[in-house]
Amino acid sequence: MTLELLFATAIGVLVAGGIYLSLRGRTFQVVLGLTLFSYAVNLFLFASGRLTIDRAPILSKAASSYADPLPQALVLTAIVITFGMTAFAVVLALRSFLESGSDQVDGDDAACDRHAKPSVTSEPSE
Amino acid sequence: MSFAAHLAIAPVVIPALAAPLALLSMRRRRRLGVGIGFASCSLMLVVALLLLNAASDGTIRTYEVGEWPAPFGIVLVVDRLSAIMLTLVASLSLIALLHAVVTRTDRKGWHFHSLFQFQIMGLNGAFLTGDLFNLFVFFEVLLIASYGLMLHGQGPARLKAGVQYVIVNIVGSSLFLIALGLLYALTGTLNMADMGLRVAAIGPDDQGLLRVAALLVVSVFALKAAIVPLHMWLPRTYAVSTPAVAALFAIMTKVGVYSLIRVVPQIFGDDAGAAAWVPAPYLLPAAMLTAIVGFSGVFVARELSEQAAYAVIGSTGTLMIAVAGWQEDTLGAAIYYLVHSTFAGAALFLVADVVARRRLSFSDGATPGPLFQHRQGIALLFMAAAIAATGLPPLSGFIGKLLILQSVADAPGWHWAWGTILATTLIAVIGFARTGSAIFWNEARIESSDLSPRFSKSDLAAPIITIALLAALSAGAGPATEYGRSAAVQVMDRAAAARAVLGEH
Repeated sequence: MTLELLFATAIGVLVAGGIYLSLRGRTFQVVLGLTLFSYAVNLFLFASGRLTIDRAPILSKAASSYADPLPQALVLTAIVITFGMTAFAVVLALRSFLESGSDQVDGDDAACDRHAKPSVTSEPSE
Repeated sequence: MSFAAHLAIAPVVIPALAAPLALLSMRRRRRLGVGIGFASCSLMLVVALLLLNAASDGTIRTYEVGEWPAPFGIVLVVDRLSAIMLTLVASLSLIALLHAVVTRTDRKGWHFHSLFQFQIMGLNGAFLTGDLFNLFVFFEVLLIASYGLMLHGQGPARLKAGVQYVIVNIVGSSLFLIALGLLYALTGTLNMADMGLRVAAIGPDDQGLLRVAALLVVSVFALKAAIVPLHMWLPRTYAVSTPAVAALFAIMTKVGVYSLIRVVPQIFGDDAGAAAWVPAPYLLPAAMLTAIVGFSGVFVARELSEQAAYAVIGSTGTLMIAVAGWQEDTLGAAIYYLVHSTFAGAALFLVADVVARRRLSFSDGATPGPLFQHRQGIALLFMAAAIAATGLPPLSGFIGKLLILQSVADAPGWHWAWGTILATTLIAVIGFARTGSAIFWNEARIESSDLSPRFSKSDLAAPIITIALLAALSAGAGPATEYGRSAAVQVMDRAAAARAVLGEH
């Protein structure tokens, strides 16, 4: 019981923090919020195989019951993907700030006019 | 296993091989990279047509990756609907690639061709997989590639829209993972067919959780499909993307629609207890709102590309009105309209680009500008694309809308659906007529200092091919609708899918 309570509370706090930060206006805070949120999601996925202790992780002749290996594989996949996505979001946010001079997620259109056609920055040579 | 049995995984393997090859050859031998892109797309089209032909006999082919038996390993499923979607992706990707190469937008960055191939790999995988977690993985593949493609060409406008697009999709992916975790905890499986059998055995205590999980999954798919109120990310993203990329993105919202058509009947069907047909009460009003918002956007948009983006939303709304009926008839009509609306959206983006390139500083804004080259021809193309997007005869949009109207005629609340579809069509017609007459019929007398350079007609090829495909879809409407309907029958037959995937029990 205490294990479940601890685990659920941790997920709840992470989600609350993640949602709060995700709703902020600046990209840095939003990225932090998304990171917290994805931590919570990973923990949640892990718990979907039930929280158990003292069970054999893989085949063992002495074991009578096993821990579910699938959620661990899912979490691993999810961690890799969210890590990549977060890294991309950070770089993108930085680049957007440098080019448009605003780190607001909504942006103010004054600094960024759609009609100004995007300039060509790199043109591969023949 | 024979060679033919391995055909099912070819749509994933071909782009996965072509992408790194294109990446390696792009720096030194640009032409080779382009050639690899075209070869890969053509090969995929051949494979897709073979699968389309094979699936027409009604058998559901499965491919067990690594020969791991079905509920444990990952399984790919080729039925009629998957085969239709694969063919759609392959033909659309050829058109988009052609336009990118002809207009030289693929030269604005090093990685266009490899990103393009990864995008197609994600799309094909999502349409093939029979495993819910695998669907998530392929979603991520197509998303990360779409981030790169969307930003292709760069510039502050794209970066700003890109930040929003990426953040919205990361949130969507997180929600998808939560739903997956819940479904796995409840059913102990991730295989869609297996899950469809197991939801019936869920105890009364867990019905609430099941309902939450079902609604979460549906909202994630609705986000991908850009259904109101989850559509906000779409117009800006699509309007600022490179036009060839935007044309390819016309199929991205269809991934969400496809997932709904695939997952809801199979998992949340009649046996699913509290989650049986769980999106049904919300989906029809949301779909009607989507159609209204989308086509109103067509009416007020100030540029052709923006108009095309709203037309994509509107057509998704019309499509979802049919899907929300969850009957064989309505799904059959929806599948025909899905194919049509993908090409129609792509045609609009391509025509918008052709106009924008020739009008220079006037771009594709709906304001009178100086005369530009090939005006009459492009005006005809625009008219054809607009006819397709609004659903007027003689192009396939008319047939699609007629089928949808007919199929929902027996449903409760049909007059709402009819009213919405007919009214939004009128709004869209007026909207396209307004921009069309501003751009093609009015001429602004301008002291011509910016003499437009001579354009070759080659960039008209991609829009013409798209319109020709739409014409073919109208001419072959008989077989096409028949195929669509039998695909819908197959999707609704849960037991047959379970037998095919899991073997006899």
